[in-house]
Amino acid sequence: MTKSIKKIWKWIDDRSGFTENIVPIIKHPVPPKAKWSYVFGSATLFCFILQVITGIALSLLYQPSSSEAYQSLLFITNKAKFGNVLRGIHYFGASAMIILVGIHMIRVYITASYKFPREMNWISGVILLLCTIFMGFTGQLLRWDSNGIWSSVVAAEQLGRTPFIGKYLARLLLGGDTIGGQSLSRFYSYHVFMVPAMIFIFIGFHLYLVIRNGISEPPKAGRLVDPKTYRAWYKNMLKEKGVPFWPNAAWRDVMFSAFIIIGIICLAFIFGPPVLSGKPDPAVLTTIPQPDWYMVPFFSLFALMPHKIESVAMLLGPILTIIILFSIPFISNSGERSPIKRPWAMYGVICVTVFVISLLVIGLKAPWSPHFNTKPLPLSAIKSKNPDSTIVQGVNLFYTKGCEYCHKINSYGGIDGPDLTTIGNRLNEQELKIRIVNGGKNMPAFGGILSKDEINKVVAFLSTQN
Amino acid sequence: MNEESKNEISRRSFFLRISLGLAGISALAAAIPVVSALLAPLLEKKNQQWRTVGKVDDFQTGSTNLVTFTNADPQLYAGTTAKSAAWLRRNDDNQFIAFAANCTHLGCPVRWEKEAHLFMCPCHGGVYYADGTVAGGPPPKPLTRYEVKTFNNEVQIKTAPVSITTINGSKKA
Repeated sequence: MTKSIKKIWKWIDDRSGFTENIVPIIKHPVPPKAKWSYVFGSATLFCFILQVITGIALSLLYQPSSSEAYQSLLFITNKAKFGNVLRGIHYFGASAMIILVGIHMIRVYITASYKFPREMNWISGVILLLCTIFMGFTGQLLRWDSNGIWSSVVAAEQLGRTPFIGKYLARLLLGGDTIGGQSLSRFYSYHVFMVPAMIFIFIGFHLYLVIRNGISEPPKAGRLVDPKTYRAWYKNMLKEKGVPFWPNAAWRDVMFSAFIIIGIICLAFIFGPPVLSGKPDPAVLTTIPQPDWYMVPFFSLFALMPHKIESVAMLLGPILTIIILFSIPFISNSGERSPIKRPWAMYGVICVTVFVISLLVIGLKAPWSPHFNTKPLPLSAIKSKNPDSTIVQGVNLFYTKGCEYCHKINSYGGIDGPDLTTIGNRLNEQELKIRIVNGGKNMPAFGGILSKDEINKVVAFLSTQN
Repeated sequence: MNEESKNEISRRSFFLRISLGLAGISALAAAIPVVSALLAPLLEKKNQQWRTVGKVDDFQTGSTNLVTFTNADPQLYAGTTAKSAAWLRRNDDNQFIAFAANCTHLGCPVRWEKEAHLFMCPCHGGVYYADGTVAGGPPPKPLTRYEVKTFNNEVQIKTAPVSITTINGSKKA
């Protein structure tokens, strides 16, 4: 029995060339001491494989049609066995992939692994990063709930700011003049066929380059990269000190990836997938579009940047970012690799990371958004202990006229405008009146909206807030 | 090198050129329908339609109401996405204004706050007055308008592409 199995294997091995061609690749020598900081790339790869598998599983249950997709999502979420978990894994898998691709990139940058001869590893990595972000965005659209359709409108608006061809780009994205039958078909094609095909190609290329140029050795301060001598030095170093990738280095990759994937599945079980917002009806205007967390930093940026530069920033921002990313290995491809000797590079990484995380944190709070679901301010929350009817009416007007959407009093209301809990201390009645009538930087002028009597009532109320 | 072998090389390069040329033609021929599919939204005709959104008397003078209508050329498989909405304001007996529901900042759906007499955008806090002009927040332009007319005592709106704010700030419907 074992003899015949051995015979079969021998045949397969001979005809496929496994031992001859594949094993040397798996066991190729890698630098020693390439330890835990080297696991993020492979973890990203394993997340991608997880995404492909769960994506294929989702496609068994999903209807890629503008009219049916939402119903099929309700089916996947509520009826299909483990459908909820499947969606959850695909969502948390996407999140993990974006985080890991970011960490992998930061690691490569701070250890300057992009320097000679690995410039092209970096470039293919940047392409994979862009593909990953695009997958995250289109994946959110495929949910095809109210968030999905409005996110695609927002994306079309951003493309629309491109000079000359903006209108056409927007039209191309939406698949027509408006959201409609063609829209989802196109997003589906991008998310399921085109971009994954690109990712497969570039992952293949990226891995091929890892074999061709070798895994970068952990940097050491003072050991400079010299393109003239590096390859020979690297080859020699591997000959002397190299260890086989499998199993000496690979076990860490496998273990870390396994932990990540188990973590993703646990999160999917515990939290489930993102809740579907309403049905995809562009005529329902009470929806509040909210992008998935990884798109939130962009969304915040558009709320916070000076509005005058917005059109330019929307166009130049992404273009400059991409140009800078691609040009990094050409700006400097030799010399010092150690982060200790490259303080400005470290400083840059820290700044960008803090910037993106700050945008994310503030974006999740979205202080600039009116709080439409705020509850009417109760009399118990105001300062005046025995409010007369004028003040009571002022309190009502404060809610009904929309003041409370943006202004907070105690724990009620939005935070776009200043907190008005103690406004009576800062502005007198006359000043309050002027502000309400004329508005301010981001505040509408209510002079044409409220009657004199109504303004007096609101002022009477606010001046007691001291 | 004799005459014969020279000929042989040119024969080979001749066939190489022919084969590469044929490969190019086959790729181009296949690319035509593929690229057409890719660019389909740019190649379609864009005939806009007048859609009835209600009777004139359905709308009170001075009021702003949500009206919904079907897009110009809805596909059978568009489902609810074939619909659009606008905010219809009746200024006086005969004058109607139809505002697009898209914020001019990034296209989010603005909502009419009846009591506050303001359009408000949930995304980045854009606010517009009842006449569509900007009252606060990031929007660079007033709300876009649809063409609107009254015909046989009915209010009709002309469909239009999603309004996109272009780089110079002009609003093209």
